[in-house]
Amino acid sequence: MWQYEKKLQYPVKIKNPNPKYAQIIISQYGGPDGELGASMRYLTQRYSMPFDDAKAALTDIGTEELAHLEMICAMVHQLTRNLTPEEIKKSGFDKYFVDHTAAVYPIAASSLPWRAEYIQAKGDILADLHEDLAADATTAKEQPAFQKARKPLI
Amino acid sequence: MNNRAMLFKKINELDFAIHELVLYLDTHPKCQRALELINKFRRLRAEAVEEYEQNYGKLIVTSDNAGRDGRWNWIDSPWPWEKDFMEA
Repeated sequence: MWQYEKKLQYPVKIKNPNPKYAQIIISQYGGPDGELGASMRYLTQRYSMPFDDAKAALTDIGTEELAHLEMICAMVHQLTRNLTPEEIKKSGFDKYFVDHTAAVYPIAASSLPWRAEYIQAKGDILADLHEDLAADATTAKEQPAFQKARKPLI
Repeated sequence: MNNRAMLFKKINELDFAIHELVLYLDTHPKCQRALELINKFRRLRAEAVEEYEQNYGKLIVTSDNAGRDGRWNWIDSPWPWEKDFMEA
């Protein structure tokens, strides 16, 4: 089971709302390599894991991913506070807003809703662990590309 | 930084260390150094959480500090995702 603590893993305090950033950052919540997928991936794969150390690791890492998910949601929530109709239209946030208003719905930046196809559970330890490596490596791989394109992406 | 924010920072720092030790111990369950460290940090965290809850409301839903002031203050805003969480 899980027990909630009334805190984020790391505090989120965003001074200036920015719906354009929100539309990008939301991918880290409901996108193909987001925290929702990460938590579901580890917490699903643990049932067919035969080794005690790995059962523990999948449980504890999956739990931490839920804490990450909460931070990303807090960011999206705070980035979309108190928007005017003009800000919503100008930023392109209107396409999201028409369906979800400023609620925090799990979608990718491309607007595709979160789907279970983003994760895998084969009951084969090597296959599952390789899937974990591939999924988490995408986050690491993006770093140099982002640093290269240091100029504002949006 | 006000006292609440400082206390929060301390809890978060201890949590960071504790969580890394949890992950390490999952695959190194006999490491005495890690066991000592996690026990030390867990004690410090319990003290910090107690001080926090005495002054600023509940952090853990089932903590001993339920209804200290005669009401269920778990429901009190701000919640962690809200911008003014640290300023309350």
